[in-house]
Amino acid sequence: MSDTLTTAPAPTPDTSKTIAAVPKGRTGAARILLGRDAIMIYVLVAFVIYASIAIPRFASPVTVGFLLLDVIPVLLIALPMTLVIITGEIDLSVASIAGLTSALMGVLWAAGWDIGLVLLVSLLAGVLAGAFNGFLVAVVGLPSLAVTIGTLALFRGLALVVIGDNAVANFPPELTSFVTSKIGSTGIPTVMIGVVILALFFGVLLHMTPFGRGLYALGFSREAATFVGITVNRAKFWLYVGTGSVSALAGIYWTLRYSSARSDNASGLELTVIAAVLLGGVSIFGGKGSIPGVIAGVLLIGTINYALRLGRISDVVLIIVTGSLLIASVVAPSVFDALKRWQHDRRVRRSLPQAALGNQPTP
Amino acid sequence: MTQTPATQNPTGTTTAGATASSQKPGQRPSNNRTVGRSVASFMKLRELPVTAALIVLVVVTYAANPLFLSPQGIKDLLLNATIIIILAVGQALVIITRNVDLSVGSMLGLVAFGTGTLFQVMPDIPIIGAFAVGMLFGAVLGAVNGLLVTVAKVPALVITLGTLYIYRGLNNAWAGGTQYFADDRPAAFGSLSVDTVLGFPLITLIAILVVIAVALYMVGTRPGRDLYAIGSDPDAARLFGIPIGRRVFLVFLANGVLAGLAGVLYASRFNSVGANTGLGMELDVVAAAVVGGVAIFGGSGTVVGAAIGAVLLTTITSALTALRVDKFWQQAIVGVLILAAIIIDRLASIRTARKLRVSEARDV
Repeated sequence: MSDTLTTAPAPTPDTSKTIAAVPKGRTGAARILLGRDAIMIYVLVAFVIYASIAIPRFASPVTVGFLLLDVIPVLLIALPMTLVIITGEIDLSVASIAGLTSALMGVLWAAGWDIGLVLLVSLLAGVLAGAFNGFLVAVVGLPSLAVTIGTLALFRGLALVVIGDNAVANFPPELTSFVTSKIGSTGIPTVMIGVVILALFFGVLLHMTPFGRGLYALGFSREAATFVGITVNRAKFWLYVGTGSVSALAGIYWTLRYSSARSDNASGLELTVIAAVLLGGVSIFGGKGSIPGVIAGVLLIGTINYALRLGRISDVVLIIVTGSLLIASVVAPSVFDALKRWQHDRRVRRSLPQAALGNQPTP
Repeated sequence: MTQTPATQNPTGTTTAGATASSQKPGQRPSNNRTVGRSVASFMKLRELPVTAALIVLVVVTYAANPLFLSPQGIKDLLLNATIIIILAVGQALVIITRNVDLSVGSMLGLVAFGTGTLFQVMPDIPIIGAFAVGMLFGAVLGAVNGLLVTVAKVPALVITLGTLYIYRGLNNAWAGGTQYFADDRPAAFGSLSVDTVLGFPLITLIAILVVIAVALYMVGTRPGRDLYAIGSDPDAARLFGIPIGRRVFLVFLANGVLAGLAGVLYASRFNSVGANTGLGMELDVVAAAVVGGVAIFGGSGTVVGAAIGAVLLTTITSALTALRVDKFWQQAIVGVLILAAIIIDRLASIRTARKLRVSEARDV
């Protein structure tokens, strides 16, 4: 369509005005209030309000508690995953790392280790697993999708090797009850404090540091990022260490929350996390997305999940809703773009009668 | 099979170049050189590492436990591989065009349950009719994927992740707690996976036919070659005049048909079909294709390789059992295998790239 514009004969002063009138992009408050993240947050708020009115027993501290306890693993892993996907890579092995951590915790605890040491070693296992991914992707330069499908099988397999089909359940009660404890009467789990700190850490890292801004550049163009002075491989390596460590935290949380260490803990969680991240506005091509949007996406899926369950609607509908939301969230912008282009073309045609008469463009 | 593009060339000329060179062997009169060239091109086959691994695995296991290759043992190996072979062929088509279809497990589940329901509702339907209905059902599911990917222009990974959930949800909603067992289906349908011809179970023969048909299509037809061009460099393919949207749509449709076929065979092979049939299968299928030498970024690999990858992955499980390896090690070994496949692929492509650079420098 733009071809029609440029080849149109006799450009009139009108033309420049029309072009100039097309907004290039939003600035200031409008950018924050009308952006993709904001829309996600509005949808979340609207849904929470709707659920509080329409679904009995939804608006209560109990809801807040259970809802947050359920979404914490996804929320945790979604944070570093956002950064990874923004650089145009992906990590499918996160749930397996969580499972491996959980299995390791169970075995070490059953072997009579001190719980502090158990937690430390489990966390370290996650760091190493992430570093292994990072090594293969950043140093060897293999495609991350293929590598992490491989380590998805490998880490889950190692979890099986470590613990077999046993389950360890007798974790220290003070620790398991701490994990499910709430802050006063608000219903907010105490663990959320840690999650919020982590979210702030990743939010600041992504949005306010040169490293984080560099990740966007990296997602747009690897070459450009190199020229700007970003050490591409080092950045990618540390991001995978990040997903590994946070997945280990999620694994530890999962184990203590359900008080059970099994090899199949958190299996299949990787797709839930990625669905939530993409729903939160991160582009799978990289270069686009934000932490607030992702958090809203995770919470939206969690809230819908919980509301449907309270409304006695089976989990069945829930997965359909998750899938449809995901597709709608990616298809809607491209439909919206097409509409906007069509509108723009129509406006240009109206204000340029010569172009419309001489060079009738077909819509 | 000599036309296998050995590398991903950013300009997208690899496929055309490879095809041209293999179609004109007569230009080199020297017999010696022709032999040398064909040996060299044989060594460059992407299927070679996976085939070698499969042979080593089978030989070593057989040496340790001769029962592994008893007629019954072979039959079990083939039966276990059949369904994943068909899915891997479809997935290879999709991956070659630089897309991916994560919804295959859910599609298989829906069609398998649909087949169970079909026999329940219409016990007298001919078996061929059940196949037709199943493949048509798969085609519809695949077409939805294809339409969303090509019309909405959203990456296939995202779309098929969404339809993975949606199809699974539909399957859950449809099946609920219901399961259909082998008794509900005609005996002739079940015997498809019991009867053998020359030691091959009938459903395996179907899978082999599928592999041969798709492989010939990919090697010998224009649309088949186009798929490599699309995967190598979509922009170049578009400039070249290849109807990318239509081709990619048809690839997703074909993958749906194959997933439908696999679903019908699943209902024949396994006792029960229900809400969770085929759950989590998608990553195994992608892994089989990757192990078989189909590069995850498209443009290279063959369906034969993917099929051999599928056989390798399913054989490992039986081989480890026959070797009395702790069953808990199996998945870890599969993971190592996938990583090894990717690394070998990487080394091969680096070598080819260096060779190309050298030969180009010489030509100048």
